[in-house]
Amino acid sequence: MSKNAKRDTPEQEEFRRYCRDWLASNVPAAPNFKPLKNGAEVATQQHLEYYSVWQKSAYDAGLVGCDYPVEYGGGGRTHCQSIANQEMLRAKTPILPGAIGLGMAAPTIFFHGSESLKQRLLPKLLSGEELWCQGFSEPGAGSDLASVQTFAERRGDKWVINGHKVWTSTAQFATWMILLARTDKSDKYNGLTYFVVPIKSELGKSVTVRPLIKITGETGFNEELFDDLEIDDAFRLDDVGKGWQVAMTTLAHERGAGPLTTPMSGGQGLAEDKDSKPKSERSEFPLIKLAQHCVRNGEPAIDDPVIRDKVMNMLIRQVGIKQNRRLRRVPGLADSQRLTLQDKLLGTEYLQDSAALALEIEGPAGTLSNFDSAAPDNGMWPLAYLSSFGGTIAAGTSEIQRNILGERILGLDKSK
Amino acid sequence: MTATSKTIQQPKDFGFDADALALKDVAEKFFQDNLPTQKLHALVAHDSNLEHGTVSRWDADLWQQIVDLGWLMVSVPERVGGMGMSAVAVATLVEQAGRAALPGPLVPTLNVSYILGACGTDNADAALSLICEGSTFSYAACNKSGSWEHDTSDLVIEGGKLTGEVHFVQDAQKVDYFLVNAKLVNDNQGVDTTLVAVPANAEGLSIMPNAIIDLTRDQARLQFDQTPIENQQIVSAPGKALEALRLATPALLVTISADICGAAEWQLQTTAEYARTRKQFDRNIGFFQAVKHPLADFMIAIDLARSHLYNAACAIDFEPEKAEQFARMAKAAASDAAAFGSKKSVQLHGGIGFTWECFVHIYMKRQLHSQTLLGDASHQRAKLAELILSQS
Ligand SMILES: Cc1cc2nc3c(=O)[nH]c(=O)nc-3n(C[C@H](O)[C@H](O)[C@H](O)COP(=O)(O)OP(=O)(O)OC[C@H]3O[C@@H](n4cnc5c(N)ncnc54)[C@H](O)[C@@H]3O)c2cc1C
Repeated sequence: MSKNAKRDTPEQEEFRRYCRDWLASNVPAAPNFKPLKNGAEVATQQHLEYYSVWQKSAYDAGLVGCDYPVEYGGGGRTHCQSIANQEMLRAKTPILPGAIGLGMAAPTIFFHGSESLKQRLLPKLLSGEELWCQGFSEPGAGSDLASVQTFAERRGDKWVINGHKVWTSTAQFATWMILLARTDKSDKYNGLTYFVVPIKSELGKSVTVRPLIKITGETGFNEELFDDLEIDDAFRLDDVGKGWQVAMTTLAHERGAGPLTTPMSGGQGLAEDKDSKPKSERSEFPLIKLAQHCVRNGEPAIDDPVIRDKVMNMLIRQVGIKQNRRLRRVPGLADSQRLTLQDKLLGTEYLQDSAALALEIEGPAGTLSNFDSAAPDNGMWPLAYLSSFGGTIAAGTSEIQRNILGERILGLDKSK
Repeated sequence: MTATSKTIQQPKDFGFDADALALKDVAEKFFQDNLPTQKLHALVAHDSNLEHGTVSRWDADLWQQIVDLGWLMVSVPERVGGMGMSAVAVATLVEQAGRAALPGPLVPTLNVSYILGACGTDNADAALSLICEGSTFSYAACNKSGSWEHDTSDLVIEGGKLTGEVHFVQDAQKVDYFLVNAKLVNDNQGVDTTLVAVPANAEGLSIMPNAIIDLTRDQARLQFDQTPIENQQIVSAPGKALEALRLATPALLVTISADICGAAEWQLQTTAEYARTRKQFDRNIGFFQAVKHPLADFMIAIDLARSHLYNAACAIDFEPEKAEQFARMAKAAASDAAAFGSKKSVQLHGGIGFTWECFVHIYMKRQLHSQTLLGDASHQRAKLAELILSQS
């Protein structure tokens, strides 16, 4: 029995056993491409197929969406998604491709959608048959999300949408988009309304999706143009003018701070050694191995006291993040919101700084890309460094995260 | 380079005479006119497929203009037909090239001209004449683990044949010659580090391009298989190669530091311009101190790095016994400024900074590459400590 299991309710205990049994024989074989670490990385048709099959099978078995009511395609359980997540992680299953749907669209629809929308949209969202994307940011509205200009004009019981969304992850595969649009130009925050819009069925008609190339040379995010896209009023979430409040539900869940637990798996991409020996700090921490293999001034880099200090500093940060997450779950010991709001900043800056350190450890070999056979660690570090800026920019930049911490937690004056 | 042992005081103006200032102005204007960032982007970033990281992207016509301007021979001594300009003049030229992120073997060739100048042999002078005629060179010395020391080459010359592998050779697909650091097996079966000039099309030489992240350079592993070496290709005096390399080291560090400082100034100006014009929350984002302060810090870091740069360059000509320690300081300061500034240049652009179409990534990638060349900041500080502590 794991430590987690000791605190299970009877329902959770039974469900955990069920998950373990099912996972024992249903984790798919590793793909023939490099496993992805999260749903936003889905970039090819091959990725999509492999991971969609996995999400559907985990959903059919009841491991995805277990806390959603049965009438919305869920499992009707209570506090069981976290159990399924733990067990999927433990079993090193593939990741779930519908991350934006599961993590952001589903809770938003659940809390703000009409009964008929929930019944219509949630089952296929949970099963992964329909993928979702998040149409919030625009060329002129990023950190200042409330300044979105994409306009929805009411015409009877229809809305006609015109505008431009940008940086939209996985829009190229999405059936649906959650969309924050302006319905009143005279009021910044109360002039926003939230919709779910079908984009795949409108491609080539009133919706254009164009791929954007990332700093790494990869595709994966997009821009969309809306040219008189007409949708039913039934696709509106909550009241006209309440879009900002609805968006806050989405963002809270995006930052892992919402009330609903997001279905998550994804141990596979991280799994390197298959043996189940308890992991030491050392084996879970790639920089040590890297510093042992790379040579600096004729000696293993790890023997250089400067490198050694930096690597240990990074290890302390990594362990600190884990313990920070642990601390936040102990009721009565710490302010959980205060810790939760730090998590994104800690995690994304850690990834950035550890990739920068990896490049330093590699020295001249850090110039080599993943297409050079001589690159250490298969050339993952330059790309990891470049990609890390996605983390510190998306979903509220590091600067905005610090503003939030200072203002919401410490009560400092607002800078805007 | 004047390798006099007599201590002379550094001039207050770093030795920036009229010639040096004129070179700076001409270079600045030349790169503004001939390599605006738009053009650079079209040249090096039209293809985003990293699989093509082995491709050498440059503008050969633009390069020819640079050759015609005589910029390859600015540091070649006048006695062999070069311009023999001061190290500060060379530094300020390279700064402008770095600011434009010039693809082309300018720094590699200048570096070789300094090494050849320090060799002081007839063969070295003959090689310098080739540079005056427009030939380009790159120095090849790194072993497989990328050592930054001068005596760690794995190449061997025995019985007139050069054999082995050398790594991380800069702009290898662009240059006409390599200045190769090899161990010459001598008559007593001992080995002497030796410098030899080898044409890029030499027999038995294979150039194996690396797939790299920097879009403005190319880099390769060279494989020599029984490449014949004639006596006149040996440019270092017997037993004196390491001494020549030691003498040239400050200049090598100065050129790369200059490139970094120039590129950093581009990063600063481009990001400040964005912060002055990008609006969020009804304000230009530069209003926010989270944007303003890092830019101010970056500016300070650049100006400190430039001050170190000119101090080191000036020392090469006026205070040679201090040149290495100042050059180590310059490279450390420049590398750290670049690491910080590159990060901020992407971060402060927000989503657009994460795209290929935005120009900032080209400079970030060039800086990452430059930071490691000839040793990163902590390596420079380690070497500096050795120098300082060895002084009595
Ligand atoms: C990889 C990636 C994936 C993304 N995926 C999606 C997606 O699926 N859907 C979607 O809607 N959006 C997505 N985004 C967009 C993302 O949410 C925005 O890029 C982000 O909110 C920043 O907005 P911006 O790009 O307009 O930058 P800006 O807001 O213009 O920011 C520029 C700089 O100014 C700083 N700044 C701005 N305001 C302040 C302030 N008040 N105080 C201090 N500093 C400030 C920022 O921190 C930043 O450094 C994605 C972005 C990335 C990089």
